Amino acid sequence: MILDPMVVTLIEALVKTIVVIVALLTAFAYLTLVERYVVAKIQSRIGPNRVGAIGGIALLQPIADAIKMIFKEDFWPAQADKIVYTIAPGIAVGTALLAWAVIPLNPSMEIFGYHVDFYIANVNIAVLYLLAISSLGVYGIVLGGWGSNNKYSMLGALRSTAQMISYEVSLGLALVGVLMISGSLSLVDIVQKQSFIWNIVWQPLGFIIYFIAAVAEVNRLPFDLPEAETELVAGYQTEYSSLKFALFYMAEYINMLTVSAIASTMFLGGYQGLFGILPGVHWLILKIMFFIFVMMWMRGTLPRFRYDQLMGFGWKVLLPLALANIFITAIVMVVLGK
Amino acid sequence: MELIPFDFLAGLAVIAALGVVVLRNPVYCALCLAGVFVALAGLYVLLSAPFLAAAQVMIYAGAILILFVFVIMLLSPRVDQGAGTLKWQRPLAIVFGFALIAELVLVVALAVLPSARGPYTPERIAQIGSTQAVGASLFTDFLLPFEITSLLLLVAIVGVIVLAKKRQ
Repeated sequence: MILDPMVVTLIEALVKTIVVIVALLTAFAYLTLVERYVVAKIQSRIGPNRVGAIGGIALLQPIADAIKMIFKEDFWPAQADKIVYTIAPGIAVGTALLAWAVIPLNPSMEIFGYHVDFYIANVNIAVLYLLAISSLGVYGIVLGGWGSNNKYSMLGALRSTAQMISYEVSLGLALVGVLMISGSLSLVDIVQKQSFIWNIVWQPLGFIIYFIAAVAEVNRLPFDLPEAETELVAGYQTEYSSLKFALFYMAEYINMLTVSAIASTMFLGGYQGLFGILPGVHWLILKIMFFIFVMMWMRGTLPRFRYDQLMGFGWKVLLPLALANIFITAIVMVVLGK
Repeated sequence: MELIPFDFLAGLAVIAALGVVVLRNPVYCALCLAGVFVALAGLYVLLSAPFLAAAQVMIYAGAILILFVFVIMLLSPRVDQGAGTLKWQRPLAIVFGFALIAELVLVVALAVLPSARGPYTPERIAQIGSTQAVGASLFTDFLLPFEITSLLLLVAIVGVIVLAKKRQ
């Protein structure tokens, strides 16, 4: 049976999308467990050790958490805006998932005589697409905060807007150095060009700026002001419960995975191994896990920024550094005649 | 078959644009405007201008509109507060609206617009890349307008800071 090539392409894209989404959601479930263990270790506690424990590790804990979440009351604040309150968590998760369309996961290979590319789309504006999608992510938080009709939620939403817009600028500019070296906006090209030496060798400053801005983008400590529990109860997610709350949680963890994947792809060679050893998806997973661990480590170690410190750091330190990085990269490239 | 994505995006854009005008709640209007921007970005992709699409979403939906939403939330205007506080606004709007529609219909019907064909065909753009094409024309043919625009933006930024500081 010969199928229309367009239908084949559509089916292929659909299968890849489903695989990626299922993998991300599973990763989210178990990351919550990993985070509890990492933070427990840092704080000299034991961590979860009851539900389906094998060798002291509660392997069924995420499933128990999910079931508990589902059976919680789905609370609606009396004056909440019904439509906005409902769609906000969906927007948060949707934008978190969309970024994965352009991230290459594995080198292309032949499977049963059929050429398979391990990315959903190879567009020549992939980096811009990532920035565009991440700039839409703020809508989920803003609408969630506004729709709840609660002062704490609202303050959290306003903070997150200001914070994410401020750090998005440095985030984007930090990636420009890599783009200048690679001469391409396609993530597939950028990874292929790092087959021997990773971009972090040429762009150490860009990497550091990107990582700091990325932690701020996903609202993790020390930048978790939108949900600062000592000041704002829980910020934009104060009124949320049951599955809607779970969706916000899911968005946060998938965003962590996304920014880690982008950092790995842009600066650490994505699926490329160290000095070109055995490239494959295992390298990408290893690098992502490393970044996730660092973020959890930071959560267990650092105190929260004050709001004026956050703004001052973003605009007066990160942004000039990011611009200087672009400037220096340009000068070096001209001098070396690349 | 090729028209399905276009019909979908165009329909979405029109419905969302109607929402911007018709809905009373300013936050809903802003959301609909975001829908218009995203639908337009989709249309740009269909017209093989992916750079424009990404820039559209990033700048309009991701930055400018978020600032609108920010201001709307800070001011939190009452939902029932109808438009048209100025008496002469409505008749003038109707006149101008009809003039604009007439103009659009005339231009489309007569195809007055010259079918400008620059050096960039869709095939050429696919070959050199959408971003490269935009960059090349911005920094060669349109360098002067581009630099003047950046200067204007700088003036605006400085102006905003001066105005904001004066209050204190």
